[in-house]
Amino acid sequence: MKEREHLIYKYLRSSKRFPHIWCPGCGIGILLGALIRAIDGGGYGKDDVVLISGIGCSGRLPTYVDFNTLHTTHGRALTFATGIKLANPSLKVIVVMGDGDATAIGGNHFIHAARRNIGITSIIINNQTYGMTGGQFSPTTPFGLKTSSSPHGNLESPFDICGLAREAGATFVARSTVYHARLLEEIIGMAIGKEGFSVVEVVSHCTTYFGREIGLESPVEMMKWQRDNAVRVEKAKDLGEEELRQKIVIGVLVDRKAPAYHEMYEKLIAKCRLEDNAL
Amino acid sequence: MKRTRKSDRILLQGSEACVRGALIAGCRFYAGYPITPATEIMEQMSRQLPKAGGVFIQMEDEIASLGAVIGASLTGLKSMTATSSPGFSLMQEHISFACMAEVPCVIVDVMRGGPSTGLPTLPAQGDVMQARWGAHGDHPIIVLCPSSTYEFFDLTIKAFNLSERYRIPVILLTDEVTAHTRESVILPPSDELVVEERRKPNVPPEWYTPYDDRQTGVPPMPAFGEGYRYHVTGLAHDIRGYPTTRSDEVGTLIDRLFSKISKDFHLLQWFDSYQADDSVVTIIAYGSVARSALHAVKEAREKGLKVGLIKLKVLWPFMRHTVIRFLQSSAKVLVPEMNMGQLSREVKRVSQGGCEIVTLNKVDGTMISPKEILRSLEDIYP
Ligand SMILES: Cc1ncc(C[n+]2csc(CCOP(=O)(O)OP(=O)(O)O)c2C)c(N)n1
Ligand code: SF4
Repeated sequence: MKEREHLIYKYLRSSKRFPHIWCPGCGIGILLGALIRAIDGGGYGKDDVVLISGIGCSGRLPTYVDFNTLHTTHGRALTFATGIKLANPSLKVIVVMGDGDATAIGGNHFIHAARRNIGITSIIINNQTYGMTGGQFSPTTPFGLKTSSSPHGNLESPFDICGLAREAGATFVARSTVYHARLLEEIIGMAIGKEGFSVVEVVSHCTTYFGREIGLESPVEMMKWQRDNAVRVEKAKDLGEEELRQKIVIGVLVDRKAPAYHEMYEKLIAKCRLEDNAL
Repeated sequence: MKRTRKSDRILLQGSEACVRGALIAGCRFYAGYPITPATEIMEQMSRQLPKAGGVFIQMEDEIASLGAVIGASLTGLKSMTATSSPGFSLMQEHISFACMAEVPCVIVDVMRGGPSTGLPTLPAQGDVMQARWGAHGDHPIIVLCPSSTYEFFDLTIKAFNLSERYRIPVILLTDEVTAHTRESVILPPSDELVVEERRKPNVPPEWYTPYDDRQTGVPPMPAFGEGYRYHVTGLAHDIRGYPTTRSDEVGTLIDRLFSKISKDFHLLQWFDSYQADDSVVTIIAYGSVARSALHAVKEAREKGLKVGLIKLKVLWPFMRHTVIRFLQSSAKVLVPEMNMGQLSREVKRVSQGGCEIVTLNKVDGTMISPKEILRSLEDIYP
């Protein structure tokens, strides 16, 4: 408790007029806690962290914390982050996005940032809906679900965000739910420590809209659902494909080495300058 | 005394002159996406920037390009992108963001024939209004317009200076002819050029209020990572940068965004005039059309017609005071444009019926020739 209070004073902005905008019981706050603990645990200086977001309920997250913070446009946070990382590669660049933000309007930027393997940590809060605009279906909403913009049932199949990240070239990919807060903190810490493009998918709950749409009325019920449906990646190996489809596989899914874009770029500058001097 | 020698003359394409100007102005970040007829700027940058220790990146589209430019600028690098009309359309949301968050950046739009994919390799001036009003929301903007290789060089440096001084996106609106023409030019030595730097805070971080403007209307701007941790958002914000919907705070912000530019309107009256002091008919032109107009004026004068030319180098904010002066002294004004009449609307607006405004418009992908302008001058000459 003491430790938590200490972190609140250390990282929450005293100059910001609270309260925050999130609904009571929303999962985004749990992620914010895990993120702060992971950054603190990694020993990064506040000045060295840039926290960037897009638009949505998730997009409001950076406002409240004492880092260099940037609230961009819907879906484009990764593009701003790319400029920031290349302008100053010594900064720790962390991007927080919603599932719509990252995989609908920002899907193109997401796959290309992953392909480049640029040193950015992407945290995607997957609440399976467009929270901020009122519970419309998103690219991660289950097939068939009735939502505020699919009153006759959703005709689209959901993305597997981690699968997308892996295939596009991300070098670290992990997933947790907000119920598994310790795991979440741990994998965020690992992701931030990587040099290349790292992705953390955070399965979260939007109680106000998505909860109502799937018939889980309270945050507690939604978190129990997360608990009961999650399976650790180590255990997932023993399950069949059909069984797995119903489950949320949590843990580290990809961890591989590949040269990061910003590192290669720094080498390129050095080489160009050397050639120039040789002339 | 410095004398220019013949050897100081170099053959340069408009796009190359832009890149030279940008590098002299201190540009160290470029993000772009290929598009005719702006690609030359990008290719030059990909060669030059790494040698200068700067960053070049080809992004996945124009939205991403301007996003990266804004990010790099917030991190302290002078940054730019270049595109052509369809790409310029894609950039509008981020131009609006840069206005609201007050992030310096330079955007080149090498206009080509439209609408839509239109005429990729042919010139036009169809984006004059898009440059002013394309981005959503009421916002101020600065748009400069070169008409020659030398001006492209000069105005690129000035675009960076204005952008840094006012913390505003500055658009260099040019056309295919100006960007692709090769001309022999003499560029001034770099010690004769004025390069402005971004004003940084000189108070300790705990005293810094990011959107407080007590002195100039343009708050000082630190780079991410320099110890001034603050919040940047496209939402309406208070002086600390935090979202607000309080009408007094929102009103103050938007007023300041406008007044930081409007208080200096008199400093942005950049134009060349040619024989316009006694002209009965005055041409108001910009970009490559102004060159045809100059030719036409020379020929008309030889024929004894008292005509003159005002070549505008700043399109927005519209040079109201300058234009009014010439409207008052002329019987008629001719506005030739490679569009259906975009800047002429503005001339008519400030004229308020006081002077007869004649338009000459062309949108078929060919330039307006001196002959066409001369014919028009002869037709309307009183
Ligand atoms: C260009 C643009 N299109 C649409 C919107 C409206 N909009 C705001 S938030 C949002 C969806 C947010 O959903 P998600 O990204 O999943 O984040 P969440 O709110 O669920 O955290 C949309 C469509 C916008 N702000 N900008
Ligand atoms: S609408 Fe949903 S996602 Fe947004 S704050 Fe409320 S509960 Fe959270």
